[in-house]
Amino acid sequence: MHLSGKDVLGLEYMTPAEMKLILETARPMKDIIARDIKKVPTLRGKCVVNLFYEPSTRTRSSFELAGKYMGADVINIAVSTSSVVKGESLRDTILTIQAMGTDLIIVRHAAEGAAHYIAQTVKAGVINAGDGTHEHPSQALLDMYTLQEHKGRIAGLKVAIIGDILHSRVARSNIWGLTKLGAQVHVAGPSTLIPPFIERLGVTVHKRIEDALDGADAINILRIQRERQQKGLFPTAREYGRLFGINQQRLALAKPDALIMHPGPMNRGLEIAADVAYDERSVIEEQVTNGVAVRMALLYLLLSGGGNIETTV
Amino acid sequence: MKLLFKGGWIIDPAQNMNEIADLLIENGKIAAIGEALSADGAEIMHIDGKYVVPGLIDMHVHLREPGLEYKEDIYTGTRAAALGGFTSIACMPNTKPVIDNFTGVDYIKGRARAVGAVNVYPIGAITKGSEGLELAEIGDMVQGGAVAVSDDGKPVSNAQVMRLALEYTKMFGIPVIAHSEDPHLADGGQMHEGFVSTVLGLKGIPAVAEEIMIARDCLLAEYTGGRLHVAHVSTAGAVEIIRQAKARGVNVTAEVTPHHLTLTDEAVRSFDSRTKVNPPLRTLTDIEALAAGLADGTIDVIATDHAPHAFEDKDVEYKYAPFGISGLETAVGLILQALVQGGRMSLADVVKAMTLRPAQILGIDKGTLQVGKDADITVLDLAQEWTIEPAKFISKGKNSPYSGFQVKGQAIATIVSGEVVMQEGRLLK
Repeated sequence: MHLSGKDVLGLEYMTPAEMKLILETARPMKDIIARDIKKVPTLRGKCVVNLFYEPSTRTRSSFELAGKYMGADVINIAVSTSSVVKGESLRDTILTIQAMGTDLIIVRHAAEGAAHYIAQTVKAGVINAGDGTHEHPSQALLDMYTLQEHKGRIAGLKVAIIGDILHSRVARSNIWGLTKLGAQVHVAGPSTLIPPFIERLGVTVHKRIEDALDGADAINILRIQRERQQKGLFPTAREYGRLFGINQQRLALAKPDALIMHPGPMNRGLEIAADVAYDERSVIEEQVTNGVAVRMALLYLLLSGGGNIETTV
Repeated sequence: MKLLFKGGWIIDPAQNMNEIADLLIENGKIAAIGEALSADGAEIMHIDGKYVVPGLIDMHVHLREPGLEYKEDIYTGTRAAALGGFTSIACMPNTKPVIDNFTGVDYIKGRARAVGAVNVYPIGAITKGSEGLELAEIGDMVQGGAVAVSDDGKPVSNAQVMRLALEYTKMFGIPVIAHSEDPHLADGGQMHEGFVSTVLGLKGIPAVAEEIMIARDCLLAEYTGGRLHVAHVSTAGAVEIIRQAKARGVNVTAEVTPHHLTLTDEAVRSFDSRTKVNPPLRTLTDIEALAAGLADGTIDVIATDHAPHAFEDKDVEYKYAPFGISGLETAVGLILQALVQGGRMSLADVVKAMTLRPAQILGIDKGTLQVGKDADITVLDLAQEWTIEPAKFISKGKNSPYSGFQVKGQAIATIVSGEVVMQEGRLLK
């Protein structure tokens, strides 16, 4: 089995079978990360470019390490400004990168659809590492991998996603992925941060956070951007914390073994209380490890054509 | 110089004419309409099965000259109009500099006379620099030939300024053309706010951003007695607000574009920046309401909002692309296909919305085939099937979302003051 296209642009475009394949492929990858010598030659001779138009520490280093553990050559190109400001167009930048023999471009960009644009323009594969407020498929896949690992399944789980759904690419990708694999997704957040018609994606929207948390198998807590408050989308950080911050009291509404997830970076004391972040049910650090494994799986599936993971050359 | 059309079907809403007849042009004027006309020395065009209609008028065009000639200029823009079947166009003042004084209007008129292929009617700015603060020298511009004022591309966000514009223009009998968009509600928006924007994560422009301003301006027109024309109406709610205002006797007219009648926000799923337009492509419900509003006369005019952009302007991330669709060369095909072939409206009513009504709103002596009038004529072939190929546009703006679309119906001749400027897709000027 293999993925149907050369790109991973979003979970909207992925079949349940493809997502399951990625999650299954990530399991042996995680074993590689646990080894003393974390390197296989599978992708030796492949060139991967991390093209990041937005600052990112964890996603960029996660993809970089994933590529290096798999034996690929990885370079990072950090572009501090958009193509428009910079003067060179996105088309010219990516054609230049392709001309250097790049096999795969991993792109993070502030503009929704930027990964689609690149995928349509180059022959190389493209992984969307977050395009504006649209999708962040590898994050959702690592969230699902974490759920699967702890709960043994995804179908039938109740997953609560809390916070700024409107501006969250993590939420969108999670909603596509989780609903396609049969989970029940419940969302809650300030009503100014719930996008219109989101229920048409098969999620349940709650006005009260308590209803979203009730009996949940997992809580995915989204990062609140301070700039949203500055734009007046909610009155104060203090009120946000009071209405939607996850503390022990609210956590008690979920199942006793509910997983606590956060895509990071956290605002402790705002969307998540410190004693929740470090609770024994918190899997926030595991998510980071699983992120590397899932990204290794993505690189492997896109670049190796489905051969033996430990092929020696 | 005589030109005789034989065997065509003549449609002229101004005279309630809808019949097979011959039409004779002499010295740039319409000389006669009748059965079995003959004229010594006339060039004869046999057009059995085709339709002879008043020259089409597009009252909402961006010619980009002066200042933005890399996107379009008066030479190419008027030829795109001729190819599209238009004999007269009104051009918006959001050029560089903004056309907000006599000199600017006079420049457009002069350039159009020198290099234009069709009649060009300048629209002046409402406010100086279209900044929405102080009225421009509207009296001067009218004297120079401006037929309306508009800050198109931007709303007049200050209600007092809009009130003054509606009052001041009463002296000149010209309409104030409103680009209706609440700047705060629409701030940063890229597409229609709805399910598709939720899926794509693109910031939405809600329908209410348009409707609030149209409601405000209808109330101001009602209060002042000024003449309001609402540009590019795109929502069902806006149609209803205008319908109610007209029922109360408010002096308001409105236009709709071919793209708002034929595409929805679903087209944006491709992230193709050619679908980025302001107001944004809305929903099927809106299309239904717009078509119904056009059919019942709530919406008076079909206008293209021809907004040409250079390749490099649009070849960027969706968020950074400018708004606008190049529309002159596709309007007739899209409209005939969607409205006439689709059985929503009679050809006569569509012709009225593209000739007589815009002429009346702009107060220009055009839009009819009455004997003695300028021989501005468009010949339509409702049976011609063709494929839209933006790369072949004469317009510098190839930014059309209709690449590859099959349409039925085309303008096969454009005659301006008796001169054939386009025939069978070939420019003769």
